[in-house]
Amino acid sequence: MKIIFKSLTKRYMVFMPVLLVLVVAQVETYSQLTTSGTFGAAVRLAIPILLAGLGGLYSEKTGVVNIGLEGMMIMGTWFGAWGGYTFGAWQGVFIGMLGGALFGLIHAIATVSFQVDHIVSGVAINILAAGVARFLNVIAYKGVPYASSTASPRIQGDIGIFTMPFLAGGKIGETDTFNLLGSLENLDFFLVSDFAGLLLGFVSNISYLTLFALALVPVSILVLWFTPLGLQMRSVGEYPAGSESLGVNVYLMKYIGVTISGALSGLAGSYLVVAGTGTYLEGQTGGRGFIGLASMLFGNYKPFGVLMGSGLFGFADALQLRSPKAVHGLLIIAAVFLLILTIKAFFEKKYKVSAVSFLLSSALFIWFMNSTTIPNEFVYFTPHITTLIVLSFANQRIKLPEKLAVPYKKGELN
Amino acid sequence: MKMKFRLVSLSAPIVALIISFGLSSLILLFIGKNPYETFQIMFEYGIRGKSIVSIINRSIPLYISAIAVAVGFKMGLFNIGVEGQYLMGSLIAAYIGAQFSIITPLHILFIIIIAVATSSMWAAIAGYLKVEKGIHEVISTIMLNYIGTGLIAYSLKTFFDEPNSNYDLPRTTELPETGKMPSLNKFFNIEDLQDLHGFLAIAVLVGIFYYWLVWKTTLGFDLRITGSNPIAAKFSGINPNRLIVIAMITSGGFAGLVGLAPLLGYFHRYTIDFPTGLGFAGIGVALLGRNHPFGMAIGALLFAFLQRSAQILDLNDVPKEIEQMMQAFILLIVVVFYEVIRRFIVKQQIKDASKSTDKK
Repeated sequence: MKIIFKSLTKRYMVFMPVLLVLVVAQVETYSQLTTSGTFGAAVRLAIPILLAGLGGLYSEKTGVVNIGLEGMMIMGTWFGAWGGYTFGAWQGVFIGMLGGALFGLIHAIATVSFQVDHIVSGVAINILAAGVARFLNVIAYKGVPYASSTASPRIQGDIGIFTMPFLAGGKIGETDTFNLLGSLENLDFFLVSDFAGLLLGFVSNISYLTLFALALVPVSILVLWFTPLGLQMRSVGEYPAGSESLGVNVYLMKYIGVTISGALSGLAGSYLVVAGTGTYLEGQTGGRGFIGLASMLFGNYKPFGVLMGSGLFGFADALQLRSPKAVHGLLIIAAVFLLILTIKAFFEKKYKVSAVSFLLSSALFIWFMNSTTIPNEFVYFTPHITTLIVLSFANQRIKLPEKLAVPYKKGELN
Repeated sequence: MKMKFRLVSLSAPIVALIISFGLSSLILLFIGKNPYETFQIMFEYGIRGKSIVSIINRSIPLYISAIAVAVGFKMGLFNIGVEGQYLMGSLIAAYIGAQFSIITPLHILFIIIIAVATSSMWAAIAGYLKVEKGIHEVISTIMLNYIGTGLIAYSLKTFFDEPNSNYDLPRTTELPETGKMPSLNKFFNIEDLQDLHGFLAIAVLVGIFYYWLVWKTTLGFDLRITGSNPIAAKFSGINPNRLIVIAMITSGGFAGLVGLAPLLGYFHRYTIDFPTGLGFAGIGVALLGRNHPFGMAIGALLFAFLQRSAQILDLNDVPKEIEQMMQAFILLIVVVFYEVIRRFIVKQQIKDASKSTDKK
C-alpha cells in the first residue's frame, strides 16, 4: 500500500484527474464530460488561450514579461471585428493581428527602449486597450444598425469549417465518407469511446483558423529552437550581455519577440470574434490573456506544454458552457483526487497537508451528495479557479528565462 | 539639491498631460471636432459648483483605491485585485451593517471594520498563493476577481437578498439611518448643491494614515527597502514571505474602504448596479501619483475631473469615451516619462558626486 502511494510521484499525479474524469464520465448524468461535442467546444475555447500563451512565450523568452497580453487580445477582438465587418472574415483575422502587434510594439517601446517596469507597462497597456477599444467602437459604428457602444455589428462571411474524411465523415467532393470515430463514440465502450470523442473533437467541424493556430505550435518549436533567429531570441532572455558581445542585436530581438507576442494575442482576440461570436463585445476576452499566461507557466515555457495547458483550460471552459451538469461531476473528481492526496501526504508524513486536503475533500463530497447542479455563478468561474488550482500544483518546476523582467541597457554588463 | 530633483520629477506628469492633450486633440481633429472648443466646453462644465461636488465625490473612492494599490507597489507587489476585494468587502459590510442599529459613529466604525476585515481576508488568499505556491500575484488576483464576482452574484441572490422585497433584482436591505454617513454640505455651507459625501473626511485620514504607515513605521521601512532593493532587504533580516502576506493584507484592508464611500454616502445598500471598475482605475491613479499620498490625491481629482467634465460631451455630439482614452494616454506616457526622468536624475547624481570628489 505504502509503496503504491509512494510511487505516485508528481509525474503520475498529473494523470490521476484524467483517469478520474474517464471513470466519472461513464455515469449517464456526466457523460457530457467526454463527448465529442464537449471536446469540440474545448478545442474552440482552448485556441485563444493557446495563442495568447504562445504570445507570452515569444515575449518572455526574450526576457520581457508581458502582462499586457489581455490588452493586446482586446485590440485583436476590436480590430478583428472591424476588419471582418468592413472587408471579410480572413481580412479581419489579419487586421486583428496587426492591432495586437501595434500594442505589442508599444509595450516593446516602453519596456525595451525606455526600460519601464514590465508589469507597470503591461498594466498600462491593458487599461489603454480597454479605453481605445471603447472609443473606437463608438466612433466607428455611428448609426450602423445592431451596433452599440459595447458591441459591433456582425462580420461578413466566415472562415469555413473542415471535417476530416473517413475518420470523422467529412466529404470528398460531394460524397459522404465513413465516420469511423463517430461510430466508435456511439458504441459506448469504456475508454475507446471516450478517446474517439476526444479525437473527433479535433477533426470534426473545426474552423480552418483552428488548424492554423494548432499549426503554430510546431512552427513555434521550429522557430524558437531550430533557427538562428530563435537561438538569438532565447539567448537575449538568458544572458543579454553575452549575446551582445557575440554581435546579437539585443534590442531588436526583444522588439521582435514582443511584437510577435502582440500579433499572436491579436490573433487570439480575432479568433474569439471571427470563429466565435461573430461580433465584438466589450469584455469578451474575460481574462483569457491572463489564463494564456497561466498556461504558458503550466507548460513550463514550451510550446507543446502551452498546448496542454490551454487544452486543460479550454476543457474547463467548455464544460461550463455546454453542460453545467457535467461541472457537477467535477466535484466528485476533485473530492476523490483530494482524498488520494490526503493518503499520499499521510504516508509522506505531511500531516498538515493531509488534514487540510481531507477536510476539503469531505466538504466537496458533502456538497456533491447534497446537490444535483452547481449554481450558474460558480460554473462561470470554472476556468479561473482551474487556473489557480493547476498553477498551485504545477508551479514548483518552472524554469524561468534567466534575465526575465530585468531591464537591459546597451553596453551594460550585468 | 534634493529640491531641484523634486521639481524635475514634477515635470513628468505635466509633460504627460500636455502630450495626452495633444494626442486627444489629434484624435478629435480626425473625427472632425474642434479640440479647442471641446476642451473649453469640458472645462467650463467641470468647474461649475455642482460639478466640483461631483468631482470630489468621484475622487474619494478613486483615491482610496489608489492607496490600496500603492501599498503593494511600494514593495513591488502588484495587487490588481483591489476590484474584487472592495466589492467583496462592500457586500458583506452592507449586509451585516443593515442587521442592527446603534449610534451613528459606532455603526459606521463597525461597518468599516467589517469591510476592511473581509477585503483583507480575500486579499490574503493571493498573498498565500504567492508565498506558498509561487503564483504571481497579478495572475492570482485577476483570477480571484473573476471568482469573487461569481461568489458575490451567487451569495447576493441566495443569502443576502432583502427579505420580502418587491424589487425584482437581488439587493441587500437598506442600511438603517444610523448607518448612513452624513453629508458635509452643512460644514462647507453649500446646502443648495447635491450631497458632498462625508467619507471625504475619512479619505483624508486614510491619506495621512498611509503616509504615516509607509514613511514613519518599521513596516513601511521594510516595504520600501524591499521594493527598492530586495536583496539588500533580505540581508538586513527582512523575511520577504512574511512581508508579502502582510503587504497583501494591508493593501486589501485599504481596498475594503473603497466601496464604503458610495455605500455609506449614496447607495446605502449593495445592489447589482453598485459601482465597479474603481479598483482598476485606482491602479492608474497610483501610477500617476507615484504612490505619494499627495500626488495620488491630485491624480484622483484629475481623473475624476475628466470623468465628470466628459459628461457634457455627448450633448455636443463628441463621444464622451474620449475621456477614458485620455486617462489611458496620460497613464502610459507618464510611466515612460517617470522612467526617463529617474534615469536622468541618477545620471545627475553620479555627476554631482564625481564633481565633489574631484574638488577634494
